[in-house]
Amino acid sequence: MTTATDGAASAALEEFLNRPPTVGQRVQSVLHGQPALSPAIVLILACVAFSLLSSHFYQLQNLSLVAQQVAVVGTLAAGQTLVILTAGIDLSVGAIMVLSSLVMAKLSYDQHVPGVLALLIGVAIALAAQAVNGVLVTRIKLPPFIVTLGMLSVFTALSLIYAKGQTVQLPPGAFLLWTGEIFSIGSVHLTWGVVLMVALYAVFAYALRFTAWGRHLYAVGDDAEAARLAGIRVNRVLLSAYLVAGVAVAVGAWVLVGRVGGGDPNSGLNANLESITAVVIGGTSLFGGRGVVLGSLIGALIVQVFDNGLALAGLDPNYQVLAVGLLVIAAVSVDQWIRKVRA
Amino acid sequence: MTAPVLEAKGLVKLFGRVIALDSVDLTLNPSEILAVIGDNGAGKSTLIKCLSGVLIPDAGKIFVNGREVRFRSPQDARRAGIETVHQVLAVAPALDIASNLFLGREIRRKGPLGSLLRMLDTSEMRRQSAAQIKSLGIGTLQNIGQAVETLSGGQRQAVAVARASAFGSQVVILDEPTAALGVRETGQVLKLIRDLRDTGKAVILISHDMPNVFELADRIHIQRLGARVAEISPKTHTMEDAVAIMTGARSGSISPA
Repeated sequence: MTTATDGAASAALEEFLNRPPTVGQRVQSVLHGQPALSPAIVLILACVAFSLLSSHFYQLQNLSLVAQQVAVVGTLAAGQTLVILTAGIDLSVGAIMVLSSLVMAKLSYDQHVPGVLALLIGVAIALAAQAVNGVLVTRIKLPPFIVTLGMLSVFTALSLIYAKGQTVQLPPGAFLLWTGEIFSIGSVHLTWGVVLMVALYAVFAYALRFTAWGRHLYAVGDDAEAARLAGIRVNRVLLSAYLVAGVAVAVGAWVLVGRVGGGDPNSGLNANLESITAVVIGGTSLFGGRGVVLGSLIGALIVQVFDNGLALAGLDPNYQVLAVGLLVIAAVSVDQWIRKVRA
Repeated sequence: MTAPVLEAKGLVKLFGRVIALDSVDLTLNPSEILAVIGDNGAGKSTLIKCLSGVLIPDAGKIFVNGREVRFRSPQDARRAGIETVHQVLAVAPALDIASNLFLGREIRRKGPLGSLLRMLDTSEMRRQSAAQIKSLGIGTLQNIGQAVETLSGGQRQAVAVARASAFGSQVVILDEPTAALGVRETGQVLKLIRDLRDTGKAVILISHDMPNVFELADRIHIQRLGARVAEISPKTHTMEDAVAIMTGARSGSISPA
């Protein structure tokens, strides 16, 4: 065995170890410290490109529309981020959100339950479903993929059974439609659902960044065994991640009610996969422990901007699907590269 | 003689039909370094996992300062003042040095920001971490806000040792602290261990490195096939004696000291 000892060899070694970082390594190091930076750059570039392609794109009315369209998936992606940060994945948040939104709308319309109460019951359903996910993952030790795959089927079926193939349209002015109501500041026209989404991101970002719970979530996602040895109650943290994601699901359900104007079992079908796409494009690592919730909002916006921009540019909207697919692969590749940051 | 700070009597741990610990006794006095040596599978790691609350022994008793304790989790052991540096480093790679030092016992801000909004006092934790790192003489750790994954193996080890020594008011247990380290880093960690003893803490050191063990330890506990087969003093026994007892070539006596 050779070890670095004193003398000439050691000086050469020191010099090698202290060599200045290359441009690539500097970029890697910056991206490592700021996981939301690469999606932010992609979003800006996409906005610039679509502005050049179409003069309608950068109009405030159009950008307002993008924000309104992103509210449901964006809200869901905030919850998805928490689960993915624990190195898990949640395939059921979309289906749970749809059932929760149906319950809110139908209770209010069919049973004439007051809007606030219907909302609370819908919230309770989302939280209970996510609690089941969390308990199955932490107590029965099932892989999150399998647990939530099962729950996806269960809740998709429950929605269809409960709705009996019908949609519910709530009358204008109903409390539950508040999230779909538009308010204007100059040429900016936003829904209250967008405001709710932004508020949710602010709360999650705060909790992840400034509380012990946030640190523990990252530590568990990074290396669950190390976190356990460090004295963190891993199961409790995992369960809380699913439960807090349930809050996002509940908010998402309300935003969805506002967006579709009631309850529709066929709404939000792709929201789950789109939320995962947003999180991944947003720079959160599928291997857990790395990422910021703001990145997921940027990721969701990127997808929506491509959708909107291509349509305005008169291009085949299928290119959006293609572009998003490439972005997902690029994002995961960048993540793998960033993880190999120089020691 | 002072009362032992940590004492284990008749610890038994089974994994299925494998006897990992066979009625093991252990005594640790204040301001001493007790080395635990043994071949692979002798039960060293199981023993310290029982003492640090990671595993719950099937039988036997553990006493801290003469009071019986039952550790049901690592938190229980930490509350009793026992800190452990595990062989698999229990650090969160993506978090910075200060966050790792305070992982699981973060300091909140004073006032409503802390009590209501549960905001962490990051600057205070960084300040204390920097002071701790400095007091341990780990000069190579400069930026306390650096992610642990950007550190070398020795620096990570230093973070783990710093955490254990900062919070281990009674006992610091180190499982193979120098196994992954180079010569210079090993020297630093050995110095840290000696400093810990000199500040009055009791240290349990698990190591394969016989020269280090004989250089540092006040007493040496030898595990073989799950049982304590001898307890020797480096003053009266040689490394050859220890290896012979460890491998079963010779039988040892339990209490020479």
